[in-house]
Amino acid sequence: MIRPGAMIKQVLASIFRKPATTRYPFIRSQMPEHFRGKITFSPEMCIGCKICIRDCPSNAITINKTGDKRFECVINLSKCVYCAQCVDSCPKKALHATREFELASLDVKKLKATYGDKPQAKPEEGAAK
Amino acid sequence: MIALFNMLVFPGFLFLAFMGLACEYIDRKLYARLQNRVGPPWFQPFADFIKLAAKEEIIPEEANPRMFKAMPVFAITATITASFYIPMWNARALLSFNGDLIVTLYLLTIPTLTYFLGGWYSTSLYSKIGAVRSLTQLFAYEVPLLMAILSPALIANTWSLSEMARFYNAHPPYLLFNMIGFAISIVALLGKLEKVPFDIPEAETEIVAGTFTEYSGRLLAMFRLSIDIEAVVGSALLAAVYLPFGLGIGGAMGFGLFMMKVLLIISILSLSRTIFARLRIDQMIEFCWKYVSPFAFLQILISLILKGALAR
Amino acid sequence: MRKVVIPIGPQHPALKEPESFNVTLSGERIMAFSARLGYNHRGIEKACEERTYLQDVYLIERICGICSHTHSTCFVQAVEEIAALEVPRRALYIRTVIGELERIHSHLLWLGVAGHEVGFDTLLMYTWRDREVVMDILADVTGNRVNYGMNTIGGVRRDLDAAHIKSMLKAVDTLEDRTKYYIQVAREERTLIERLSKVGTLTHEDAVKLGAVGPTARASGVDRDTRRDDPYAAYGELDFKVVTDDHNDVYGRTLVRMGELMESYKIIRQAIKNMPDGPIAIKSPRRIPAGEALSRYEAPRGEDVHYVKANGTDRPERVKVRAPTLANLQTVEKMLEDGQLADLPIVIAAIDPCFSCTDRSIVVRRSGVRSKNMIRWEDLRSRGIEWYRENRGIDFAKLNRKLSDRMR
Repeated sequence: MIRPGAMIKQVLASIFRKPATTRYPFIRSQMPEHFRGKITFSPEMCIGCKICIRDCPSNAITINKTGDKRFECVINLSKCVYCAQCVDSCPKKALHATREFELASLDVKKLKATYGDKPQAKPEEGAAK
Repeated sequence: MIALFNMLVFPGFLFLAFMGLACEYIDRKLYARLQNRVGPPWFQPFADFIKLAAKEEIIPEEANPRMFKAMPVFAITATITASFYIPMWNARALLSFNGDLIVTLYLLTIPTLTYFLGGWYSTSLYSKIGAVRSLTQLFAYEVPLLMAILSPALIANTWSLSEMARFYNAHPPYLLFNMIGFAISIVALLGKLEKVPFDIPEAETEIVAGTFTEYSGRLLAMFRLSIDIEAVVGSALLAAVYLPFGLGIGGAMGFGLFMMKVLLIISILSLSRTIFARLRIDQMIEFCWKYVSPFAFLQILISLILKGALAR
Repeated sequence: MRKVVIPIGPQHPALKEPESFNVTLSGERIMAFSARLGYNHRGIEKACEERTYLQDVYLIERICGICSHTHSTCFVQAVEEIAALEVPRRALYIRTVIGELERIHSHLLWLGVAGHEVGFDTLLMYTWRDREVVMDILADVTGNRVNYGMNTIGGVRRDLDAAHIKSMLKAVDTLEDRTKYYIQVAREERTLIERLSKVGTLTHEDAVKLGAVGPTARASGVDRDTRRDDPYAAYGELDFKVVTDDHNDVYGRTLVRMGELMESYKIIRQAIKNMPDGPIAIKSPRRIPAGEALSRYEAPRGEDVHYVKANGTDRPERVKVRAPTLANLQTVEKMLEDGQLADLPIVIAAIDPCFSCTDRSIVVRRSGVRSKNMIRWEDLRSRGIEWYRENRGIDFAKLNRKLSDRMR
């Protein structure tokens, strides 16, 4: 039956339901487990083959040699498109995708995440926070 | 002295401005909750007003600056003046004379004229289209509104709002004969306040913002405040004409009863904003002249018959 | 009444993406309508030629946010055809499921946008709330809410496990109930029907002549659907109906899209039930042998066509994308004949425009001229300044000089 205001029952019932909005940032939303967020790097597994650099669509990864068979990785978080192709391409599984997505920053220096094994630089340091 | 206090503070400008912003909060919060959202916090309309008032006013080069700046002032002034004649929580308004019903209705038409003139003198394409639509809409809803508000006056045998309120306060059962008029007035009030389904002059997806496209800063703050105050004054007018019971109770209880009535009408306006889509201008005129006006005629007929029966 | 030319766009609250329409009005009636495209051109086709095939998968995916899986699958299908790769059947079924989930998400988004364009914001809020169910499922399965990154050359990158399948089936049940409610609202809500009916009429002959595709054409009775006519992925083995309607107007398009939503739920359930086991990808060579291929895909908006030409190296020689909105845009002028200004936003929204997909390079051939000439950058710039000076009265040459003086 065509009548105006066909949604009125649902609409009135919504007053008694909890709102569907999550009150971010007071309540953080959690991304699912295999979400492709920020990419991290374990320097002890890297062999320096640089397949990740070849496969990155946006040239966001740089691998630098820091010693004999030791490498560090600099990921430019503003260029990265979070496709995780580097994670799939790496033959030694040295790159991992985390669930972190709140990466916006006002300081452009914080957008370059460096993962190496210099004694003072742990993989969590230098990461954008 | 007391007159100055009444005009500017209570129940004049400051009180109405405060009420207008508070009712805008209730309207937006109810709208949001009906759509399963959270809605703005209680201070949002006040924050919006202060933010707009602090911004720069940009007047287009080809616009007429005097008319451009004067229109928001006229809009606010007209709505506040209209409130002086409406009996709110007792059966006597601030000022009253025989015929103030017509004056109030005309004063409430002035804001629509200011929207038209403000949009016309902005000389921007979108403003002109919005202004013309605003005036076209006026032709559709004004006649049913006038007829519907005049019919209770027919039974009460007076043209003064305060006298009408006193009459109905003394004889409450006659209110039931005016219910068709109440429904029609709510539809017409939706048109006057330009709320969905009749917000055609300010259709955001078609003509950006219609009349208010070029307005910014203090002038836009005043226009928005005038819309809010018009909502409160229109609801108060409907409450005074159709729900004038319990007007003798004085003090806080009387004030609370008045607030209940106004909030009821504002809630009905919010609900209709939620469940309807926007109509086109030709559909709106067709609807008003085909369906709303005949019911207004019916209401006047009922009032005349009742008046004849009472005179006997 | 005097005629007024009003510009809708490039920036306008009615448009979700920049596009310029010039509407000539006489009062509220539309006398003439013309469109100018190109505001979203990003040079993607040229950028594809300088990246390897694997990098191109991600670039092509980002042509559009709502039809990202469409473009990615279409491109990957073309490359696999050139390289003669035999994609495992499980990968084809997974691509189908993700494609149908994308169709659900796109049509729910469209319902909300249509509601917003006619001023019915409640429909917008409710449909977008239900769309969150699909987005959460996609985030869980593929790893992202848009731009899924599911395809790779030779198959898919991630597998569906039992937990994913369970949550997918539950979500499909929830969404089916909600879609039935929206169909009921669309059939009963008087103001909505008044705004959508008899608006944007496109007869069957015009739809065929102007080359409309997708729900725009199907609402005018044109019975064409690439999933049935030229089956790809797993559609050849699935049983579904093609929804057509004969209202010929925006209301018909609404009903077609909602019918397609119900069909999508059926397809997803069938595909999950019949999903074969096996590997999800085969290894693809880095260098694709020379050849060319054309691949088609039924995007939520219509038929999407990709053409890829390979020349034996690891980079493509030419990639061409024809999005469905380009085919549907010609019909808007016909639909707006004798229309009103108030109908313009909903008519444009009814073809479900995605201008990010549309703005690719087009070859303009002047009739009678046989030679091609390349336009230099300076000529293009002076042509642009000339056009704006004549048609809009703004002189960019002066503005540019002021800006460059300030920068020196």
